Amino acid sequence: MPAFVVMVLVTGYPILQAVWNSFFAYRLTDPENRRFVGLNNYLVSFTDEVFWSAMWMTVLVTVITVIVELVLGFIIALVMHRIVIPRKTLRTLVLIPYSIITVVSGFTWLYAFQTGTGFVNQWIQWMPGIDANYNWFGGFWSSLFVISLSEIWKTTPFMSLLLLAGLAQVDSSMEEAAKVDGASWLQVLIKVILPSMKAAVMVALLFRTLDAFRIFDNIFIMTGGANETSSLSMLIYRQTIDRTEIGLGSALSVILFLCVLVIAAVFVKAFKVDLAEGRG
Amino acid sequence: MTRHVASADEGSDVETRRRGRAALAAAATTAVALGLSACGGGSSASGGTQLTWWINPDGGGSDPEGGGQAQLAKECTDKSEGAYTIDFQMLPNSASDQRQQLLRRLASSDTGVDIMSIDPVFVAEFAEAGFLAKVPEDKKSAFTDGIVPPAVTNARWDDQLYAAPFWANTQLLWYRESVAEEAGLDMEEPITWDQLIEAAKKMDTEIGVQASRYEGYMVWINALIEGTGAQIVQNPGASGEDLKFGLDTEGGRKAAAVIQKLADANVGGPALGSTNETTSLDMFQNERAAFMLNWPYVYAALKGAEVKWMDDLAWTRYPQTIEGEESKPPLGGIEMGVNSASDNKEAAWDAVECITSVESQKTYMLGTGNPAAHTKVYDDPEIREAFPMAEQIRSSLADSGPRPLTQYYGDVSSGIQRVYSPPGSVDPETTPERAESLLHAVLKGDALL
Repeated sequence: MPAFVVMVLVTGYPILQAVWNSFFAYRLTDPENRRFVGLNNYLVSFTDEVFWSAMWMTVLVTVITVIVELVLGFIIALVMHRIVIPRKTLRTLVLIPYSIITVVSGFTWLYAFQTGTGFVNQWIQWMPGIDANYNWFGGFWSSLFVISLSEIWKTTPFMSLLLLAGLAQVDSSMEEAAKVDGASWLQVLIKVILPSMKAAVMVALLFRTLDAFRIFDNIFIMTGGANETSSLSMLIYRQTIDRTEIGLGSALSVILFLCVLVIAAVFVKAFKVDLAEGRG
Repeated sequence: MTRHVASADEGSDVETRRRGRAALAAAATTAVALGLSACGGGSSASGGTQLTWWINPDGGGSDPEGGGQAQLAKECTDKSEGAYTIDFQMLPNSASDQRQQLLRRLASSDTGVDIMSIDPVFVAEFAEAGFLAKVPEDKKSAFTDGIVPPAVTNARWDDQLYAAPFWANTQLLWYRESVAEEAGLDMEEPITWDQLIEAAKKMDTEIGVQASRYEGYMVWINALIEGTGAQIVQNPGASGEDLKFGLDTEGGRKAAAVIQKLADANVGGPALGSTNETTSLDMFQNERAAFMLNWPYVYAALKGAEVKWMDDLAWTRYPQTIEGEESKPPLGGIEMGVNSASDNKEAAWDAVECITSVESQKTYMLGTGNPAAHTKVYDDPEIREAFPMAEQIRSSLADSGPRPLTQYYGDVSSGIQRVYSPPGSVDPETTPERAESLLHAVLKGDALL
């Protein structure tokens, strides 16, 4: 019971406070003018193109990074699973990007792609016939590319370790049996290995999707939300901290919270089905 | 640091407001405040009233002999002969981040803030919110006599003086004399933006400007509009819903046309939409740009970098937006404010008087390269020797055009930056109108920013 009370206080109170705040219009610099506006903050959010642009950016960066990380993470996990050299050393090497704090890795990638001084442009210019100093942060798609690259570089190791744990659960006798029956390497992978590690894949996808959906650091560092690259988290930051519009910021926070809740529910449901199938 | 101790002269009304703010600030920003409370450094001293001065980073850093605000804190402490000691805390780098940190502390009536170094554009917002103490009557003349008038304008809100100008910044047109001469520009006469762009095109060189989506871009846009005789905010002091804008005017459109022309002529560099003061200086220093609009700190930076063409460096007044119409150079700098929730307001104002004295401003200008707000400093022989462009700075400051005086400055600036970014998308026929529509909607609470 005490644990439940603590959980309600720690988790429930801030959420309820945010929901309550979202029904008011007021600024931190002018709290006397706090007034009840009902659902207006939600209405303003849903009818503003800035909100949908942030939603688009958030979904896009989530889909791109999670898919690429899943594929790359699986390849790395497979290599680590099969490789002869000590796994501990490999795991340490693989975890280096993940252990670097996002602010540092974000700035590293920012400097790498910076116009004028970034080494990426300097490399490109060495190529024959190219004399361009490309402005990577001057447009939406190129900014998205660098932001996604930074996210993928940093988080793929996390994905690979989760998948490696899944690979360890695969029954090797089934693999052997399939090979004896004449199955190719690809067939073994698709028919035996992947179905056996569904649960691990689901857990990895759940964690990374939720994480990616709340992307903030890399965008804040690299573009500050320019060129329509604001994510939902960036939008919340701008309304709440920059503008001190507590009501609007709270409404957006509640929307983000609900989005995350829906994503989690979908994954948890899928996860349960897999477990049931596994048991059956 | 968020305790509240009411002073005797505070009314219950103010007390209620503070309590409300404290609660709101705590509810809204607990996590951020916890994270940021670990930031900053400081010095400590003992004796007399203990004052804490929140300073913006400058060339002196936290070195008490570095020539910056840290040095002034020590010198004024020594001069007070035990009446007060000035401790300092460092604010973040950018003006926006400085505002955020101060705002959070002030909103929660943090008595750990006594004196603040404030970007002039935020004086109105802080004063309107009741965060700044009014300047006492007996200090007013010390803080305003001999100060360049636009810096005093920025220190006022609602007909009251809320801050003391400390240093005042302005931009000059920096250029390579040989290139300007070859381009046929007569730099003895006022230069227009059109002439500058044509010259850069002709000489196949670039112009360093600040057009990234940040405050520096707003500085440029404001200077262009002020240069036409128009103002971004036409009725300073009005409430959000009643604010009138001068963007979609003849002047506003002419200003936008300059940005469009510079972008179309491709003389702003390959990354015009990502340029700031530092990248502009890089362009100029590396000889990619023969012209640059920037603050006076660049002189010391170029000297420090020992550029080979220092003899070719020249400067003149900010370019005209419209030929024949006097330019309005940008105004920046720092104003000194005292927290209305401070328990040591009297000592704080005494300390501000010392910090903003002619002697201190001279020390600061020599130590950091940041121009003094007091006109008398520019007559000093040491200053004349260290800053050959001193007279140009003084006259530019006197004629400068402040950015909009409004308590909604943050929204106004962010909204304009958003619509005018990237510079290549600016169209005089549509951009100013779109910016005004957005600002009206934002200030009515009908749009996000």
